[in-house]
Amino acid sequence: MIADNPWLDALIRLLAAVALMTFSSLTLIYLERKFIGRIQMRLGPMRVGPYGTLQSIADAIKLVSKEDLRPHTADRWVFELAPYVVFIPSFLTFVSLPFTADWFVRNFELGLFYILAVSGVSVVGVVMAGWGSDNRYALLGGVRAAAQLISYEVPLILAMLGAVMIAESMDLIDIVNGQGRVPYIVWQPLGFLIFFIAALAELYRNPFDIPVAETEVVGGPFIEYSGIRWGMFFLAEYTTLLILSVLASLVFLGGWNWPLGNEAGIGLQLVWIVLKTSFMIMLFFWARATFPRLRIDQLMSFSWQVLLPLSFLQIVINGLVKVYNWPDIVLLLSSGGATALALYFIYASVQRMQEPYPQRFTTVMTRKEPVG
Amino acid sequence: MTIEEVIFYVLATGAGLGGVGVVLSRNVVYSALALILSLMSVAGIFILLSAEFLALVQILVYGGAVTIIILFAMMLTRVRDMPRAMNGPQWPLAAAVASVFMAVSTIAAVSSQWPGDTENPTVIPLRTLGDSLFRQWSVPFEVASLVLVVALIGAIVLAGREEGE
Repeated sequence: MIADNPWLDALIRLLAAVALMTFSSLTLIYLERKFIGRIQMRLGPMRVGPYGTLQSIADAIKLVSKEDLRPHTADRWVFELAPYVVFIPSFLTFVSLPFTADWFVRNFELGLFYILAVSGVSVVGVVMAGWGSDNRYALLGGVRAAAQLISYEVPLILAMLGAVMIAESMDLIDIVNGQGRVPYIVWQPLGFLIFFIAALAELYRNPFDIPVAETEVVGGPFIEYSGIRWGMFFLAEYTTLLILSVLASLVFLGGWNWPLGNEAGIGLQLVWIVLKTSFMIMLFFWARATFPRLRIDQLMSFSWQVLLPLSFLQIVINGLVKVYNWPDIVLLLSSGGATALALYFIYASVQRMQEPYPQRFTTVMTRKEPVG
Repeated sequence: MTIEEVIFYVLATGAGLGGVGVVLSRNVVYSALALILSLMSVAGIFILLSAEFLALVQILVYGGAVTIIILFAMMLTRVRDMPRAMNGPQWPLAAAVASVFMAVSTIAAVSSQWPGDTENPTVIPLRTLGDSLFRQWSVPFEVASLVLVVALIGAIVLAGREEGE
């Protein structure tokens, strides 16, 4: 309790969450532009403020003061409600995230499950935006987003389930404390890899930016939005990026507990969680700057034929280790071996993609023609 | 009225209005969106009854399911032409089934003795739920999953046959 009155307490906590969300989104947008600029041998934003640090604030002011346009033929209610349906779930998830052992708005017993369940609702908003805009590109983007988000939600949840099995709890604080001296990324590298790839897809970042690809659907579901509504989509996207990064650092990287242990003061705990979260965010940016975009059929088959069986494999390994009380080293060896296999498989299929014309695509095309 | 009652009536109104919207809306996509309002309100009522796990499962499952329904609505119907073709020839049958089902569930709800009191609902920990699902009731659970697998395989077989012909 921060304040005595429960309503005042709730209000203070919510305002703190909103402030943190806005601040972190603005910072992340600046950092991403700088980071990607560096990778592409550019400077990134430099004009507004020293080293362009005020660029995000200038952009925010521009967004807020911009006219809020709605196409004449768009479906009024669906179009105007869609940003809220995307934004509210990410806000609700943000509220339940523990940043350190003592710093959170509200911690739940089913915290991890809550985050996964509630953040899945935002796909409805993306589809609403795509359908309500009455725009061909938006509709295509919305349908692509629906297919992609629902497909990659499954491996994401199963990868988390592996960690939950070992921790025997869905309370994020328990999961962090359960990792003790060795974080779960060491025991379950496969689970972490699956989580990372699925999170990239959930955030529609390269190589999975198919729903919002500029060169294919010119921005996808968000094409008709402007001003503050577009800003809400943006805020939701960066909040989800932050949530998934914090989640990864809590569940797989040992959270505030590793390597200094629980006794470290709140200052050190905060430093560790910020470092780990920044590391995860940089990984997401790095992937975006490195990989080219996949095709939609590659995206879907990768989720269902590669990630899903691998996440089942991780769960089966965890179950065997749990039931027969095998030593943790078995977990490490089997999951590590599977990770190496998965990485080799991805590498091999990337090599195959470099052939002049994708072989698989032609066979699919010819098979669809009427027989006889 | 206590806070809980106010929250309950807000959620119940949401669920009821959503249900009415599903039936009365002339646009399939609106119906699907009203359905999600209804289902989310029911999830809220579950939370009010201290059944958090059930509420989260409801949100997780139906968030994706409604998206799929919207996709089907977009792919299988021409949304602009919808206002006319709403009443099929089977509507008396559907009305009869719906009212019988409504009557049966109302009678069952009114006549049965509910355990516990609503002032202090019993909170069942997730561990107990998992135990009873996978130890005590594992056969019904497996049967249910078998039914789902059969439905999935059937869908794949039907879809595959259509493409081949």
